[in-house]
Amino acid sequence: MDALILQILNGLDKGSAYALIALGLTLIFGTLGVVNFAHGALFMIGAFCAVTLQRILTLSYTVEDPTRTDFLGNPLKVDTPYVVHWFGDSIGHGIIEWAVPLAILFAIPVMLLLGYAMERGLIKHFYKRPHADQILVTFGLAIVLQEIIKLFYGANPIPTPAPDAFKGSIDFGVMIGFAANAIIYPAWRLVYFLFATVIIGAVFAFLQFTTFGMVVRAGMADRETVGLLGINIDKRFTIMFGIAAAVAGLAGVMYAPINSPNYHMGMDFLVLSFVVVVVGGMGSLPGAVLAGFLLGVLESFASMNEVKSLLPGIDQIIIYLVAIIILLTRPRGLMGRKGVMEE
Amino acid sequence: MLGLSKKDTFFFLFVVFLTMATPIILQPFPEGSALAQFNAGYPDLMQRFAIYGIFAIGFNILFGLTGYLSFGHAAFLGVGSYSVVWMYKLLNYNVVPGLVLAIITSGLFALLIGYISLRRSGIYFSILTLAFAQMSFNLAYSVLTPLTNGETGLQVYNDDPQILLGANHPLGPHFFGIVMQDSAKINVGGWQWTFNNGYYFCAIIAVIAFYLSLRIFRSPFGTMLRAIKTNQTRMNYTGLNPRPYTLAAFVISGMYAGLAGGLLAAMDPLAGAERMQWTASGEVVLMTILGGAGTLMGPVLGAGFIKYFENIFSKINDGILHHWFSALPDGVEEFLVFIFHPFIGKGWSLTLGLLFMLVVIFLPGGLIEGGRRLGNLFTGKSRKPTTPAKDPEHHPKPAPHVA
Amino acid sequence: MSKKFILNRRSVLKYGSAGAVTALATPYFFTRGALAEGENYLNAPKGDTVTFGFNVPQTGPYADEGADELDAYKLAVDHLNGEGDGGCLSTFSSKVLKGNGVLGKKVAYVTGDTQTKSDAARASAKSMIEKDGAVMITGGSSSGVAVAVQGLCQEAGVIFMAALTHSNDTTGKDKKANGFRHFFNAYMSGAALAPVLEKAYGKDRRAYHLTADYTWGWTQQASIQKFTEEIGWETVNNVLTPLAATDFSSYIAPVLNSGADVLVLNHYGGNMVNSLTQAVQFGLRDKMVNGKQFEIIVPLYSELMAKGAGDNIKGVYGSMNWNWTLPDEGTKVFVKSFGEKYGRPPSNAAQTAYAQTLLYADAAERAGTFNPCGIVGALEGFDFDGLGNGPTHYRAADHQCFKDVLVVKGKEEPSSQYDTLEVVEVTPRAQVEYAPDNEMFAGGDLGKCNPGA
Repeated sequence: MDALILQILNGLDKGSAYALIALGLTLIFGTLGVVNFAHGALFMIGAFCAVTLQRILTLSYTVEDPTRTDFLGNPLKVDTPYVVHWFGDSIGHGIIEWAVPLAILFAIPVMLLLGYAMERGLIKHFYKRPHADQILVTFGLAIVLQEIIKLFYGANPIPTPAPDAFKGSIDFGVMIGFAANAIIYPAWRLVYFLFATVIIGAVFAFLQFTTFGMVVRAGMADRETVGLLGINIDKRFTIMFGIAAAVAGLAGVMYAPINSPNYHMGMDFLVLSFVVVVVGGMGSLPGAVLAGFLLGVLESFASMNEVKSLLPGIDQIIIYLVAIIILLTRPRGLMGRKGVMEE
Repeated sequence: MLGLSKKDTFFFLFVVFLTMATPIILQPFPEGSALAQFNAGYPDLMQRFAIYGIFAIGFNILFGLTGYLSFGHAAFLGVGSYSVVWMYKLLNYNVVPGLVLAIITSGLFALLIGYISLRRSGIYFSILTLAFAQMSFNLAYSVLTPLTNGETGLQVYNDDPQILLGANHPLGPHFFGIVMQDSAKINVGGWQWTFNNGYYFCAIIAVIAFYLSLRIFRSPFGTMLRAIKTNQTRMNYTGLNPRPYTLAAFVISGMYAGLAGGLLAAMDPLAGAERMQWTASGEVVLMTILGGAGTLMGPVLGAGFIKYFENIFSKINDGILHHWFSALPDGVEEFLVFIFHPFIGKGWSLTLGLLFMLVVIFLPGGLIEGGRRLGNLFTGKSRKPTTPAKDPEHHPKPAPHVA
Repeated sequence: MSKKFILNRRSVLKYGSAGAVTALATPYFFTRGALAEGENYLNAPKGDTVTFGFNVPQTGPYADEGADELDAYKLAVDHLNGEGDGGCLSTFSSKVLKGNGVLGKKVAYVTGDTQTKSDAARASAKSMIEKDGAVMITGGSSSGVAVAVQGLCQEAGVIFMAALTHSNDTTGKDKKANGFRHFFNAYMSGAALAPVLEKAYGKDRRAYHLTADYTWGWTQQASIQKFTEEIGWETVNNVLTPLAATDFSSYIAPVLNSGADVLVLNHYGGNMVNSLTQAVQFGLRDKMVNGKQFEIIVPLYSELMAKGAGDNIKGVYGSMNWNWTLPDEGTKVFVKSFGEKYGRPPSNAAQTAYAQTLLYADAAERAGTFNPCGIVGALEGFDFDGLGNGPTHYRAADHQCFKDVLVVKGKEEPSSQYDTLEVVEVTPRAQVEYAPDNEMFAGGDLGKCNPGA
């Protein structure tokens, strides 16, 4: 039982990342009708926002320490971060340690701007073009974005630890009435799950309860009619693209302590997030979220030793297998709408 | 000739000429000159041009004609390669049994996957094919290692049965004694041309594959497939069931992919699981779109373009840059190397990504469109871009209204 | 399809046999590659240069490792051509290299990108052989790629000097006469680690293995299991993880309640960085199980992995081929030379790349030819010293180098960003040696050297 609960936690956690990326992807599909192969790259750039902020906070001045030597026998260069210099040792290191959560504030404007620039500069010109062209141009963009990151940060993963307060694990079992040490779970992963729920909730609330969201939803259902009503739907869709980019970026920022960021992490998630979106059903936001959590949990179950010993290698294929079964039994995924991307 | 119209015969003969003269055309720069770096006329790359050309031609029969975008064609490529290497291991190094088996197994595999996946259309179809291919890849890499030799790749070992291997048979892939690896090198002036058996073997098969695809494009079957792309609902109303036609196209393109995979192993007796990964499926999609989906020559051009960058640009390093610009003053030399550095060697994929974007932004319709514009420029014909009426193969489709 | 284009059995036979006859009639015309007169092997250097092919990952997850190897190769070329400070030429026990090229020819090189994929690696190596006339290919960052390229070099007829490849198979069931490996292997990791682990953690331990689900992972897991069981440890479980996995939480979660008190991570590169980071996040290392402190072991370390995992490696044991902090002369000279050129200490991947290039050049010089068969003769059974690994032997039976193996531990108090690992023991060569027909290496066949002509 405790093993099952552990795997459900793992699944919800994995699912949070899938759901956040799929949510943004569906927003872009639904509003703009664009297949965005660069969405994984946006997730990756989000993670690198955390890396960048960490680098900015640790910007240092160098003093040569003649008493010690480096590997070549020259005087050792000791780097002291400016924040430590300005605020003293404990506060300075405290700020650096909180780089990842602080990066949320840093990432929101960066990702909104990036999304805005992408839509206005490139995607806008591809609304009337075939999906094939959209795939080619966004895939090209994804390669360019990740190569630029590689140019600046290299290919090796970069450690971006969570604040010390969340580094260890907590005994989740005790909280829900299990014996001590039965269900131990990393604190940061719980944070990630809560964070994802908040973001998902915020996006839905925004679409549901604001006038802006209402117009966007109307536009998703019937763009032309909304346009005829004299509403500038294009401008709102551009903003939605920025929001989708920001959601992907924030998913990346918070994922950085779980998975040390590297430049190709976007590609690793790209295929999975497409599977999630399609399993959820094209054009359905609740579908994307549901599919994200469902596939995450199933993937975790398939990784259990008991399952693996019964079906060797099942954890390698479970997501694809489930996708096939769902798509064959439900033609438009879990909650897809008719006529979206079925051409 | 060969059941083709006069215009097509001319086109076909032109393609045959290009294919046969490839070893000369791809060596435009004399050996030892600074630009010899850009020569592509060595056997391995020429073979890859022909093989990936076949792969893309086959993919285009499905995607270009019916509009069904498969994201799992790499699975058939992999199956084809494994078939050929297994025939080496069991029989001998003659490539014929392996290639026949490759076409059969990939055809059967395509029939199975196609039958299931074609129950859905649009992106749902794409994801189904992707899912099948990714499952094949993941299993080939791990659980199926006894069959595929996993990460290392399937290869021939000295203790394999090879029951038909005679004492004086070649110990490398061959076609009834013609060894694929062997080449004749001819030096003319400063130029060196390599005429390789393997390349011509692939080239002849590629020409046949191209001919078949030309016939399919011009046949009633091809028209039917185009009808599926244009308006499936209308087809249903006329009482025609599109599914068998699409399935036939899927299986044919799967067999092309299997043949291409088989030829990869026929040139180089090793089959790796990466051939089935989604990146490989994505590559053929990119080749087709980049060159011009639905056109006859486009996909081949796209294949050549991508393989050229992967193999030639990745080999240019800073040392070579310094050599090129060595005549310039030091400061300028350093500056130019600094400018070019991110785009060459390890930056080849950056260059490729940028070119993807440039081509699709400025040449809607792919490289073939660029070729046509150039042609128009020279002949002074209509300078307007795309004139669909003059363009029998290319059908730019208005974007379906989404949402 | 066509009405006019008919193939029947007769015409196939006719054209088929005509083709075969033509091929037989012109044996001289269809030869493998070009032959220089007198030098009967592939790509015999004609002018005043000889070309080496450096085939490393430049894109993909191991690009940084590839870049480090490439830097080391360029340094080796500098030293062979008499540029720079000469590096290990002064400490190398064989004194035939004088810094005037190899066999009087200046060393040139070409580079290529393996993308850490067998196909791309073979394409790149082939272009070096076919287009650039390379006589030797070297590189690698994964065993699959190394084995694939080694097989290609054997078929084509050039020498392959493997760089970073750790799988037993490279010099086991996939060994080839034209291929040589200086790097150590999974068996040696196990043999070197076990005694140190016994000393540190005792005889009574229960180990849980997480293993990357492909050939390298399996050979390493088997080696570690064998040696830890010999010191009395029990293996609780071995769970295979998908290569593409980035989130290992569902594999790590069951470890705590499995009764195991040691976690062995048979992962490399990004896999290892993620699995170790996540295992630490699960709090494994803070726990007491069976009355003992829970421990994590990473059998194969690299500097880049250590950098990627950050603080998480502190106190974690593993093994390495070489480390820049070693005190011997060869290491000192190499680190100085590399550090002055690139501003950072070399990794163990860089060291093996550098050593392999020098070893090849030295073998060519001693053999008096670049003919692969001459090289094979010169390298087989060769004893040398002064390249940083102490006295080393290139065994003739499987072309594997035998030398001391380092057991290292993540440093608790690093003094600089490069000072991440400390050497805790130099395991003597005798302790990691094995017979060529050891069961973990059985089934291979070197074959004969192939000069490609």
